[in-house]
Formats: sequence, structure tokens, C-alpha cells
Amino acid sequence: MVNFLQHTFNGLVGGAFLALLALGLAVIFGMLRVVNFAHGAIYMLGAFGAYVLLTEVGLSFWWALVVMPGVLALFGMALERLVVARLARLDPLYNFLLTFGLTLILQDAVKSRYGVQSSPYDAPEILSGTLDLGAFDFPAYRVFVLFMAIAVCVGVWWLLSRTRVGMVVRAATERPELSTALGIDVGRWVTPVFGFGIGLAGLAGVLAAPIRAVNPLMGADLIIVVFAVVVIGGLGSIFGSVAAGFAIGLVQAWVQALGEHWALLSQVLVFLVMAGVLLWRPAGLFGREEAPA
Amino acid sequence: MRTKALFVMFCSTTLLVTACGGGGPQSTAAGGGLSDGKVVFGVLNDQSGAYSQLSGKNSIKAVELAIADYQEKYGDKAVVKEFGVETADHQNKPDVANAKAAELYDRKAVDVILDVPTSSAALKVADVAKEKKKLYFNISAATTDLTGKSCNKYTFHYAYDTYMLANGTGRNTTEEGKKNWYIVYPDYAFGQDMEKSFSAAVEAAGGKIVGRDAAPFPNTSGDFSTYLLKAPTLTPKPDVLGTMQAGAELVALVKQYNEFKLRDKGVGLAVGLMFLTDIHSLTPAALAGTTYTDAWYWNYDLTNRTFADRFQKAAGVRPTFAHAANYSAALQYLEAVQAAGTDGSDAVVKQLEGKTVNDLFLRNGKIRAEDHRVVHDAYLAQVKAPAEVAEEWDYVKILRTIPAAEAFRTPSPDCHLS
Repeated sequence: MVNFLQHTFNGLVGGAFLALLALGLAVIFGMLRVVNFAHGAIYMLGAFGAYVLLTEVGLSFWWALVVMPGVLALFGMALERLVVARLARLDPLYNFLLTFGLTLILQDAVKSRYGVQSSPYDAPEILSGTLDLGAFDFPAYRVFVLFMAIAVCVGVWWLLSRTRVGMVVRAATERPELSTALGIDVGRWVTPVFGFGIGLAGLAGVLAAPIRAVNPLMGADLIIVVFAVVVIGGLGSIFGSVAAGFAIGLVQAWVQALGEHWALLSQVLVFLVMAGVLLWRPAGLFGREEAPA
Repeated sequence: MRTKALFVMFCSTTLLVTACGGGGPQSTAAGGGLSDGKVVFGVLNDQSGAYSQLSGKNSIKAVELAIADYQEKYGDKAVVKEFGVETADHQNKPDVANAKAAELYDRKAVDVILDVPTSSAALKVADVAKEKKKLYFNISAATTDLTGKSCNKYTFHYAYDTYMLANGTGRNTTEEGKKNWYIVYPDYAFGQDMEKSFSAAVEAAGGKIVGRDAAPFPNTSGDFSTYLLKAPTLTPKPDVLGTMQAGAELVALVKQYNEFKLRDKGVGLAVGLMFLTDIHSLTPAALAGTTYTDAWYWNYDLTNRTFADRFQKAAGVRPTFAHAANYSAALQYLEAVQAAGTDGSDAVVKQLEGKTVNDLFLRNGKIRAEDHRVVHDAYLAQVKAPAEVAEEWDYVKILRTIPAAEAFRTPSPDCHLS
């Protein structure tokens, strides 16, 4: 039982990363209909940025936690204005290719400057111990990650459901054409929302730096799983992607804990779940079929 | 078929003309001199990916140092006067390795291919070497198949293999009293092979595998916490966690091992395969106390240190064992050419087979004639605590020298050289 609780807790932490990344992707896809393939590279930039801030600028993890998402959000906004927006009228495939190309450029740029070797990054002193959770102890840093992810998701939920800005964004995310027809200036919100989604990926990256290998390819494999998570939750559904992120993290941890020959399954599982969900609900768990325009 | 016959005729005519016409090379040595008047090395490895730091471009520097040493040693008496070094990036992909190896031998006139990390790629190159009858020294791939069922007359396996790693770390750690092992390995050829070798070595030394887990490869999330959580809950509790991960996955696993404070919970760490560059990137603090088997260490003695200084001047970093082994392989190849007076493959192989060698890398070395395994002393190493690290790159202490005869397996019955 204690073991089960430990693995459950651990799964939630793994899910926290998926949820944060999926949330950003969902917000961007919802508003812009852009499948942002560069999301994994941005996650990597967040982690690398934290490393660079620490080693070259001398700013601690706590600064990185504030600075990197902000810087990356600005980068995202510039990106949206300069390139993404120009391709918006074309087939979505163009933006997919653009962000894919961007991934390659970002990865190689980091690779050529810092090499492929993983860079060391330690958790801040105060979080480097373990926390006694009654039945078992758990690394304090992981508890912090879980707390941060939940706080951010709740914060985003509050923003979207309780504020006027949120209402506009929600309307524009889920029914862009209808919102435009109702006189809501959707275009005004596109750039900040894109930046916000990118900032979330950066935040996930900074959170990952102390516990995962910081190297140029760290986002490349992860992003495929995150896409599957978003599809399971329902493309464009913000609540769905967060819920699916945590759920997949949990299930992966449970399956991995089963033993030696379950490892492969834990990796494929997300895609099996995706296939199952799509058969049952083609728009994902919380997605809605697109209303005919 | 006709073209082939014509080609053979053309070649034999050329040979006859060169041999009888008196217009052959002016070499004083018997045996026919050098093909195209020079020796060309081909360094085939990973130059941008996961293994680019542990060997990569710096292996070329190592080969150049070997050439310089050969020239200095033989001066005017050197059979080889001209050298070439060609290089290619195989991206760790077997099909790319296959194509690049053929290109190096055929179009770049390479006489010997060196390095080739990644077992699957290395095995492909062995096939090419056999087909072209050209020499190939594998340095940085681990599979024992190179001297087992895939062995051939023109392929030599140099620095290390999975048996040596398992036997060194698994056996020695178990004999030290850490009997109960929990093994976590990446679920692909290398990891599976390592798991088998380690289990065998641990059990042979009287130890027990209390648990084993296959981690997905590549591990998309970079998270190993499930296995780390599990380690202290197994019964009996493992004394040591044996990890067979490499590169970035090793880095992630060790980070998380520290995060979960497993050492404090009595679960030590043994690493299947580790390079100096891995320790540099993880920092000794993260790995302090970890044991592993090293094929060579730069600060082992004055000879190694002198070489390491030269290497650092050329490459900017201290050499890994792969760099030192590339140097040694290039040097031993040149020595064999010198002795044979020709770079003809069969004559060089004859010189190499059964030779006992002592050089910078090969201590008590022997190039086994039976399977072309190059055996030599190996070392059980332990990462120093940060307080013990007095200079950058000097990260480990050698606990024990594992004699050559003990470090490597006996020739495999699967190997039939041809």
C-alpha cells in the first residue's frame, strides 16, 4: 500500500511536467490553430537557460524560475508576430513545418555552443533534502514541482474562468469563428496567448533542470508524448490536456512499477490510450467536434 | 560477371608488371611496400551525437599523435613516409556506418578504419572490412559479438567489451561484500547484453540479483524515479543498484539517484559503462563513491599523464580511454606495417596476431590470434569525493588493477576467423 502511494505520488510529479507542457500546447492550438512542434525545444531552452543563468550570469534557480518563462514568453510573442502570423492564412501544414524547422535550429544552436554532453544543475539547497510524508519520504524538490504545477494550472483556470480576459480567450479558443462574428477582437489576443503558452513550456523546462539531464535533445522525445496527451484530452480543450497530462503520468508510473517486462508497455501505453480514446471519442476526452463554420 | 573477370585480369596484370618489371617501389623492406605510397587512417565515429565527446573528433587528434610518435621513433628507417587521416560521421546508424566504411575503403583509399562506437554500427563495419579485406580496429563499441559470432580475419577489438565491464564491476563489487544487486538496464541490444553479462558475473561471484528492471529506451521523459523508489523496497534490500544506462540517460539516472538519497538508504551505485567525460559532465559530487570498470585512466601513472598533457595541448581536454585506445591502435598498426614492410592486409594481420604488446594503452597487452580480442589490464575505479579532487579531470582513484588474463573472456567457440 505504501509502495502504491509512493508510485502514485511519483506519477503525479511525472504528470505535472506533461500537464504544464500540454497546457501550453492546448492554449496555443486553441487560439491559433497552430500545432507548435517547437514546444519541446522551448522546454529545452527553459532548462538550458536556467543552466546558463547560473553558470554565466550567476543567477540562482529562483531567479531562473521567474526570468526564463518571461524571456521565453517575449521570444514567443516576437516569433508569433514575425513568422507564425504570416503563415496563418495558409494551410496549417506550413506552420507545422515552420515550428519543426525551428526545433532543429534551436537544438543545433545550443548543441554547437554547449555540446551534446549533459550539463550539471543542482536543485536549490533548501529543496535538496527529502520530505517526510508520513508513510514514506519523498524528495522535497519533487513535492515543490507538483505544488508549482498545480498552482499554475489552478491559476490558469482562474484566469480563464473568472476574468474578462479569460472569457474572451476561452471563447476565442473554443469557437474562434463564432467569437469573431460576435464582435470579439480575437486578433488582439493571439500574440499574448502564444507568448503565454511558450512561457509555460519554458517554466516546465526550468523545473526540469535540477532533476533531468539538461542537454539539447531533452525536449525532442518528450514532445511526441505531450502531443499524444493533448490529443487524448481533446485538441483545444484546456481542462482536458491538464487532466490527461496528470492521468498519463500516473498510469505510466503504475505500469513501470509492475516489473521488468512492463517497461516497453509504459512507453507505448500513451499511444494505446490515445488510439482507444480516439476510437471512442474522436475529438478526445474533453474535446468537442468542431462546429461547422 | 564479365566486368569482374576483366577487373581481376587488370589487377593481376598490374601486379605482374609491378613485380617483374623492376619498376616497383624503392622500399628496402621485403614484401612489396605500400599501396599508393602512403598509409591512410579512417576514423569513423559519432561526431555530433551522444558519443561525440567520449571519442568523436578528438580521436583524430589521438591518431595524429600516434603518427608523430611513429615518425620520431623510426626517422629515416620508417617504411611509411606519407600519411593521411580521413574521417566520417556515422551518426550511430548502422546503415550510415556501412556506407561510410565502404566509401572510406574504396574512394578515400583508407587502409585501416578505427574507432566506430555503437555496437550495431560496429558490426556492420566488421562485415565491410571482411568483404574488402581491409583492416578494422574497433575501439569504442562494446559488443562481444565482434570477437564472437561476427569475428573475422581483418577485425580486431581493442579497448573493452561488455564481458570486461561486467566481470570487472560485477565481480569485484560482489566480492567486496555487496552481494545483492538490483539492475536497471535500457531495453535495447546494448542494455540487454550488459544485463546478461552483469547477472552472470554477479552470480558467479556468489551474489544475487534481487530485482531487475528494463527501462524504456530511449526514455522519453528522462525520468527513472519509479525504479529508484522501488530499490529500497525490494526484499532483500539491494546493496547496490547497477545501472546499465549510458550518456544522457546515465546523467538523468544518477541525478535522480542522488535526489532520492539512495546512498543514505544503503543502496550503493555501480555503473556499467562510464567515460571520463560523463563524470566531467555530471561532476564528481553527483557520482562520489560510484564504482565502475575503466579500460585506462589518464592519471594512472607518469606515462599516462605525459600523454594526457600532450593530448590536452592538442584537444583541450583530458583523454578518455577511447582516445588513448585510438592512439594505441594507430601506433600498433604502424608498427605492424613497419615490421611487415608493407601495408598489405594479410601481411599486417600476420604481424599482429599473437603479438604481446606494452604501450601507453595496452599494459600486458596481447593481440589474441584465436579471436582478435586485444586483451590488456583493466581497472576497477571509484569516483572521488569532491574534497579529494585536487585538479580538474582527476576524478577517480584506481581501486584495483584487473590483470589482462582475468579481465577478458576466453576465446569464444563461436568465432571462426576467415
